[in-house]
Amino acid sequence: MNDSELVPGKSSLEVAAALPDDAEWSGPTIRYDLLKEVVIAVVVVALLAVGLAVLFSSPDDSPTTIRQWSTADPGDFLTTAVAELDGTSDVATYGPPYNSTAGAAQKIGPVSLQQIAGVRVPINTAQDFVLTPLAQQAQTTPRLQTALARFGAAPSGEQGTWETNYSKVLGKGAKTGQGAFAVPHANDGPVPTMFASLLAMADSGALDASLTSSTSFYGTDYTKPLLFLADGSFLADRAQTQHLSGDQWGMMNETGSYPGQAWLWLYTMWYQVSPFNTSVNADALVWGVMALLTLLLLLVPFIPGVRDIPRLVPVYRLIWRDHYRRLQSNKAGGTNHP
Amino acid sequence: MTDTVHSDSAPPNGALPGTGDENVTGDEKMWTARVRRAAMRTLPPDKLLPDRQPSYVASWIYVFGVLTIAALVVIIASGVVLTWKGPSWWHVSKVGLFFNSIHLWSVELFFFFMVIHLWGKFFMAAWRGRRRATWVTGVVCFVVSIGAAFTGYISQQNFDSQWIATQAKDGLNSVGIGAFFNVLNFGQMLLWHVLLLPAVVIAFVGLHILLVRRRGVVHPFPARARPARHRITGAATVPDEALPSSEIETVLHKDPEPVR
Ligand code: HEM
Repeated sequence: MNDSELVPGKSSLEVAAALPDDAEWSGPTIRYDLLKEVVIAVVVVALLAVGLAVLFSSPDDSPTTIRQWSTADPGDFLTTAVAELDGTSDVATYGPPYNSTAGAAQKIGPVSLQQIAGVRVPINTAQDFVLTPLAQQAQTTPRLQTALARFGAAPSGEQGTWETNYSKVLGKGAKTGQGAFAVPHANDGPVPTMFASLLAMADSGALDASLTSSTSFYGTDYTKPLLFLADGSFLADRAQTQHLSGDQWGMMNETGSYPGQAWLWLYTMWYQVSPFNTSVNADALVWGVMALLTLLLLLVPFIPGVRDIPRLVPVYRLIWRDHYRRLQSNKAGGTNHP
Repeated sequence: MTDTVHSDSAPPNGALPGTGDENVTGDEKMWTARVRRAAMRTLPPDKLLPDRQPSYVASWIYVFGVLTIAALVVIIASGVVLTWKGPSWWHVSKVGLFFNSIHLWSVELFFFFMVIHLWGKFFMAAWRGRRRATWVTGVVCFVVSIGAAFTGYISQQNFDSQWIATQAKDGLNSVGIGAFFNVLNFGQMLLWHVLLLPAVVIAFVGLHILLVRRRGVVHPFPARARPARHRITGAATVPDEALPSSEIETVLHKDPEPVR
């Protein structure tokens, strides 16, 4: 029995309730079987999860392949591939961690963490997405071998001219059948031959395979095919129709009408509002804001004002209403049972 | 220990049996003995697994911490089934899809319970009385759980994971994280999802709960909300209409009925 309980004229509840926050509770106690509570909770939650699983299952839309992209929209595929070759695509000009494009890294004020972290996942879009796969294909295709040799031997100015001219006529091109995309003639050297082969590879699925397993037999790294896909509009169009775009609160959602990662609502929200929805540094700024807010949440107990909110907003009166009622009736001279 | 022999019946230095101090002098300096004593001091068994709780611990809000643990248990159990069969199984098997669904829905429940728990603890200012570390470890659980769920979403090998990964890369790259944590690298994400992040979540949940047990459940605010720091001495608040002394007995012994 604690001394403090023996204050004359006071119930143990009153005495304990008046003790400082870090004191051991010396007031009345109730029986409380913690382990039984945990076991019951596990059973209840397991049943709930099984029930939800039976009712709603889970989404599993098969992934988009480069093969689907090139067969469905060869024009978009080829336009993207040319941009990868001439170095104008989003990934080619991305900056760290993929490459060192000057001025591409995002900043928070004067600081660019993106720049500091450096190029750690090097991607050379021309080599990785176009020339290396074509070189593999060329081993069995002499015509392509000749075209690649001619392209490689040309000065970069001439390569650029061919690429530009090819891009111009590409817009007038048309699908003429399975795996065939007719492009009008132009001064574009070996480039049409190269891209006809790349399209054929893509349509056969060979490009998917080449991009994932170019370094070894086993593949677990999908950086290259995902970046290539993300540069085109096929993946984004599919996401748009599923209401998953960035301006549709995309990342926190899932295909279908599943709740998705609802807990990312605050993160996703910033992208919808000014200045983040227009800033070139949007990603870094949103991350900066979220890092700051997370730190604030972590430090709530230490921040004067914030830590006083719960005392001023009396939700606690609701949570502990039985306790206060009991305390009141004790004070009024009643017993524990009002 | 083989180099010291002692009799069970005659503990030297007269220490209490069972406290670990009955061995010959010098034993108490062993690392193991020190750790045991420290553990016994901070969390004696009846504090670690108490069978009674203060009378104010009788609100539905207290259930949400335990429900969060329960959801975590279901997440881990369903995750173990998915791990057992490997990552491609659930895309081709009905049973696999069912376990994937349980895994997904238990995660949704987990976050739902955790967020209610978080707000509950906020409005109780449950960091009072040297409980700040409990709050801080809770926030770490929250943040790391978000990472664990996120890596789960991008380890799915389906359209959702392609889309989420390619969208999320820009945010991570923009602050330099993407250089080391490549969301487009399926192998890396899967291993973070099944090993590294769950290990951190489990470790912090464990720490969080040990801290709760160590400090006990936070007291209600004083009846007439006084500043949290204000220390009130028992004597200073003796009410004018003091209870008759017989009443004290009643109050001491007539505890509220057990809730279950
Ligand atoms: C994995 C997630 C979490 C689990 C499994 C968990 C579990 C628990 C459990 C079982 C308790 C004791 C029972 C109760 O009061 O509900 C507790 C207490 C507590 N939790 Fe959590 N929690 C989690 C996350 C959080 C978060 C996100 C916060 C706040 C940011 C938080 C803050 C607290 C505090 C301050 C206490 C002490 C309550 C007191 O002394 O009355 N927890 N937690």
